[in-house]
Amino acid sequence: MHIVVCVKQVPDTKIIKINPKTNTLDRRSAPAILNPYDAHAVQEAVKIRNKSGGTISVLSMGPPQAVAVIKKSVEIGADQGYLISDRAFAGADTLATSYALSKALEKISKENPIDLVICGKHAIDGDTGQVGPGIARRLDIPPITNVIEVSEFNKEEKYVHIKRKQINGYEVIQSQLPCLLTVEKEINDIEYAPLPNMINAARYEPVVWSVNDLEDVDKTQLGLKGSPTIVGKMFSPPKLEGGKRIEGDADSQVEQLMEVLMERKDLFKIKAANS
Amino acid sequence: MPEKFDVIVVGAGPAGTSCAYSCAKSGLKVLLIERGEYPGSKNVMGGVLYRKQMEEIIPEFWKEAPLERPVVEQRFWMMDKESVVQFGYKGLEWAVEPYNNFTVLRAQFDQWFAQKAVEAGALLINETVVTECIVENGKVVGVRTDRPDGEAFADVVVLADGVNSLLSKQLGFHREFRPDEVALTVMEVINLPKEKINDRFNLEGNHGTTIEIFGDSTQGNLGTAFLYTNKDSLNIGVGTTLSSMIKAKLKPYELLDYLKKHPMVRPYIEGGESAEYLAHLIPEGGYHSVPRVAGNGVLVVGDAAQLVNAIHREGSNMAMASGKMAAEAIFEAKKEGNFSESSLNRYKEALYGSFIIKDLEKYKDAAHTFEKYPQYFKDYVPMMNQAMSKFFTVDGTPKREKQKEIMRSVTAEKGTFKVMQDIYRAWKAVK
Repeated sequence: MHIVVCVKQVPDTKIIKINPKTNTLDRRSAPAILNPYDAHAVQEAVKIRNKSGGTISVLSMGPPQAVAVIKKSVEIGADQGYLISDRAFAGADTLATSYALSKALEKISKENPIDLVICGKHAIDGDTGQVGPGIARRLDIPPITNVIEVSEFNKEEKYVHIKRKQINGYEVIQSQLPCLLTVEKEINDIEYAPLPNMINAARYEPVVWSVNDLEDVDKTQLGLKGSPTIVGKMFSPPKLEGGKRIEGDADSQVEQLMEVLMERKDLFKIKAANS
Repeated sequence: MPEKFDVIVVGAGPAGTSCAYSCAKSGLKVLLIERGEYPGSKNVMGGVLYRKQMEEIIPEFWKEAPLERPVVEQRFWMMDKESVVQFGYKGLEWAVEPYNNFTVLRAQFDQWFAQKAVEAGALLINETVVTECIVENGKVVGVRTDRPDGEAFADVVVLADGVNSLLSKQLGFHREFRPDEVALTVMEVINLPKEKINDRFNLEGNHGTTIEIFGDSTQGNLGTAFLYTNKDSLNIGVGTTLSSMIKAKLKPYELLDYLKKHPMVRPYIEGGESAEYLAHLIPEGGYHSVPRVAGNGVLVVGDAAQLVNAIHREGSNMAMASGKMAAEAIFEAKKEGNFSESSLNRYKEALYGSFIIKDLEKYKDAAHTFEKYPQYFKDYVPMMNQAMSKFFTVDGTPKREKQKEIMRSVTAEKGTFKVMQDIYRAWKAVK
């Protein structure tokens, strides 16, 4: 039983600032963290392993400092990790990223065949949700997105039962193994990691592969060269203009407010349900 | 089976990290446990890092550590409501190697320092709270954390858990500290462009200034305020003993607000953008508050051992030095295979023989004196301002007469005897 979880290091977008002049992310303003959805992906792998046994590997692509998210995954309970890190991967869009990761997965699979790949629903910096399905397509396994529960995992007969989130409810499906899941946050709660995991993670050194460590790689499909996506323009949503301040004593404030409300009474018209 | 280490250090501030670094360097197996998200995330100080004790741990650290500015000027302000008497020293010998001290931002510096300990071989884990020491047969043998399976064992546990040191309190090493033994300091980091800082503080390049402010900065209470220059931000803060705050019914944020609006301070920070707001207790009880620092299998370092010299605003340097001394004692104990109190007391001996306890001993009555006799901050600072104003105002009065008048006004208010008594008392407290 071998589960591989793909994880990404992202800037913490909750606190990141956008440079108003260049409209780009000011990466210095936010710490780099493990993509929150990916943390849930690792946690789900841990749940499955704790029940069914086996090994969890974590795979990431990024600069050398991205080993931090692999160590974080080991804290949650992963057994080992691989980082592919090379100038040749830089500037990749989702197409080139899923190509590079699938090449690494092929290599990992040669050492220890993979039964299940789990990814987060999307990364909070790009929000595309394309890398997971992209990997599944390249590995020719079923992609199952928006997963909110793995209700059954049968390693002997090689199938899983999955609940997928839908707009009006959820869908229950059965899939063959291996397959690829992308998970929602509600799939689980991240558990407070046990102390031995913390110690393991502090000590852990992930395997780092350069492009030359991967096999059968078409270098034109990597990095910026392999990325057909072009970012045309980036902009921040326009700042809201400040409101008007109503001053004066209470009576005159009420009067002024009523005036404003009456002027704009159209905003408050209640629409009849079937009209 | 929980893992066993040679040393577990609780707290990755300057004291803990220094100890972990030195232990790891001498080949010991070290676990360093930090409760914050990362080392430095919960630590607060005004911002002055002294070169000497840091250099004894990592030579020429200034070549790689994230420092803000070397301090080339130290100013002291005796501030009244609308005036200030200043003195200070600026010297360019402090602008070149080996420097005297630096301003730093702790969130960055502590992370770097902890990383050095990790490179030396220490294992660092964050976001983990040590809830108690594990004691067996009167000997500390490990720690219990708030995590599942949260026990870890060691020959020696080093408590670097900061000013409140709940762990050494649990062991009965100290009582609850009194409000007059701790100061509460609040500070802000205010972003300001480098050019503005250099203009306003009359600085060139990366040179830095520190200003210590007495008197109206604390509204006459026992304490000080400070204004330090970083690369492109300022650290401004104010602290008084908790007891003064309680007595005067002061709220710490009001005190900081008052300082920021003070006409002598305002022009320096004008237009700056507040980036961080921090508050922390500082151990200021000095010599009399230093708890038991060694026991069977346990040592106490840094703020946890109340090693702060409030008069000279030294703390982080004492923390680092104490951490290093603890590491040396542990190394000796390891050689003997004896981790009893009598063996670990080598640390206590080193500490008491060093500048740390000697300096604390020198000022052992200072805080007490200034707290008990508030006139130093409340009365003499305004008097000094009035005297300077009188002396330098050109109004046709002969200077000698002005001097007499000033002396008269001082003694008239208090009486000659009282003034002499105050001077003698202050001298005795700091001699």
